[in-house]
Amino acid sequence: MKAFSGKLHIQWTLVCFLTPVVLWLSLLIVLPHIDLLLMSFRTEDDSGRLMWSLSNYMLFFREPIYWLTFVRTAVYSILVTFLTFVIALPVAFYITKVAAPRFQGFLTLLLLLPFWVSELVRVYGWMILLRESGVINHFLLKTGILDRPVEMLYNDVTMIMGLVYTSMLFMVVPLIGVLESLDDSLIEAAYDLGANMWSILIKIIIPHAVPGIVSGSIVVFMLTLGNYLTPNLMGGKNSLWFTEQIYNQFIASFNWNQGSAFGFLLLVLSSLVIWVGLKLTNQKLSKVVK
Amino acid sequence: MKRITISTILIFVFVVAGLGVASAEELSLLTWKGYAPKVLVDKFKQETGIDVNVTYTNNEEMIAKLRATRGAGFDLAQPSQDRISSVQEKYNIYQPIDFTKIDTAQIIPSMLEAVKKNTLVGGKSYAVPFCWGTSGLIVNKKYAPDVTDYSDLLSEKYKGRISYRLKRPTLIAQAFAMGEDPFAKYGDEKAYKALMEKVGQTLIDAKPLVQSYWTNGDALLQSMRSGEVYVAMAWDNGGWKLHAENPDIDFLAPKSGALGWIDTFAIPAKAKNPDAAYKWINFILRPENAVVFINMEKTPTASAGATKLAEPEVRGNFERSFPQEAIDNIKWYPPVPAKLESIEGEILDKVKASR
Repeated sequence: MKAFSGKLHIQWTLVCFLTPVVLWLSLLIVLPHIDLLLMSFRTEDDSGRLMWSLSNYMLFFREPIYWLTFVRTAVYSILVTFLTFVIALPVAFYITKVAAPRFQGFLTLLLLLPFWVSELVRVYGWMILLRESGVINHFLLKTGILDRPVEMLYNDVTMIMGLVYTSMLFMVVPLIGVLESLDDSLIEAAYDLGANMWSILIKIIIPHAVPGIVSGSIVVFMLTLGNYLTPNLMGGKNSLWFTEQIYNQFIASFNWNQGSAFGFLLLVLSSLVIWVGLKLTNQKLSKVVK
Repeated sequence: MKRITISTILIFVFVVAGLGVASAEELSLLTWKGYAPKVLVDKFKQETGIDVNVTYTNNEEMIAKLRATRGAGFDLAQPSQDRISSVQEKYNIYQPIDFTKIDTAQIIPSMLEAVKKNTLVGGKSYAVPFCWGTSGLIVNKKYAPDVTDYSDLLSEKYKGRISYRLKRPTLIAQAFAMGEDPFAKYGDEKAYKALMEKVGQTLIDAKPLVQSYWTNGDALLQSMRSGEVYVAMAWDNGGWKLHAENPDIDFLAPKSGALGWIDTFAIPAKAKNPDAAYKWINFILRPENAVVFINMEKTPTASAGATKLAEPEVRGNFERSFPQEAIDNIKWYPPVPAKLESIEGEILDKVKASR
């Protein structure tokens, strides 16, 4: 009897803990997505009646601007992910292996600090720095390096820099996690055996860090692909990001059906990119997520 | 046990606090930036005890928000008059205006009639006029003295110093500058599409000349102020605001006609507090209140007699930018038929995506 009541008790706590999660997932994520999915397969005929059709999806492949924008967004997101990795690895390595232990917390805090401010504010900060009448131009003019201001905003380079900046933290944190578990003696032994820095990086550090690299990359890639603010504000006239296409369909054209089709294409295609990435690096999602 | 008691008390406190908040009367207003000055919101609260919750947005987002909730969540919205009838027919997001509850004596009659006519759906009108203005050119005469028309936005002379929005007014303005009449083609979908494609191509060709496609009015004014932009397509009041700071910059009614808009009051279908909405409409159109808005935003209203009370500088603006023939040449937006938005959306996407 006692055992039975104990079991019942556990089940009740399970229910208590699961209910909010299940409600959250089903009401706020699954249900709206089903609605959007249904919507994406419907289209208006000439008299304005809704009917079932695949035309929303066909339009994506028929109109070059849409799939080109998608390809552009995906390629740039991969580039941003790679750049973020290149910058984040030395930072993470410095924090875990080089810096004195008592400074480690402080350095991590320094990385975190900018993220206490909203993304919008950070992007506007960059805009104030980079614009033609901005801080950097003013400084360069004063010191005589430039004789007339240059427009640094509204091009792809600035946009990518902004995106890398926005996603830095999400790469550094998982890298710190994996590098902490790397035994220093491995690196010392490699030095003893005459390895140079480059081969240590390629043969010891990176193979050890792969799970962290992959999980960081997934997060950065998804965040960049789904970013709306940074490409829009910093990329200016040339920044057609795929999220913007979705926004335009929903808001400017009032075409929710088309917009949800684009949304699902983004979901499917980005999952595909990640799947390919996992296959290429021989990783399993379950292992990486851990 | 103790924990349960505490949480019960907490829940109770929250519920009571929630009720307390809900019981104070509220008006949720969905409007444009600057349309509900704080002075007036405070005065309204004093007069009626109603709190005004303001959400800033634009035409497209206003429609999208109300469409998502089928007209709930807000008590009063302020769409432009040309964007009401087709949206109402299709999504049914507004309720008809009860004109007996509106103090029509304080509204300019011709404007009231025009808006009533343009928002007529199924024999009922859905909007009351609030304010009006035009889109045209803001020009920095020091650097760009010869600008006369929208076509100057495509001119090599001002390379990298040009800014406009990637929105429908730009397409329409450029169509007028080509000597076409896009409004006459509103009824003919095919002809309109052909015209828009032509306009789109011109904009694509002129893309290297553009500094940026502005999306935020304040950001554009900042770029004009700092001399990053010489010529922009924008609203008249922005140009007048800049003129007060720097006499070189001013609003110019283009040769092919400024585009005239009227923003209105429309009550969403599931408004919780329509009475407060009517109170706000009557309150803000009262001349002594409307004039506060006019002086602040440099935008004329539909309130009869308010313009006479406005500061002389505001009237000066209007007289400077709009000689009689420019007024006669204003192109007023007729109601937009439903299908045009997706045609325009596609063209705008193409312009944005081109290299």
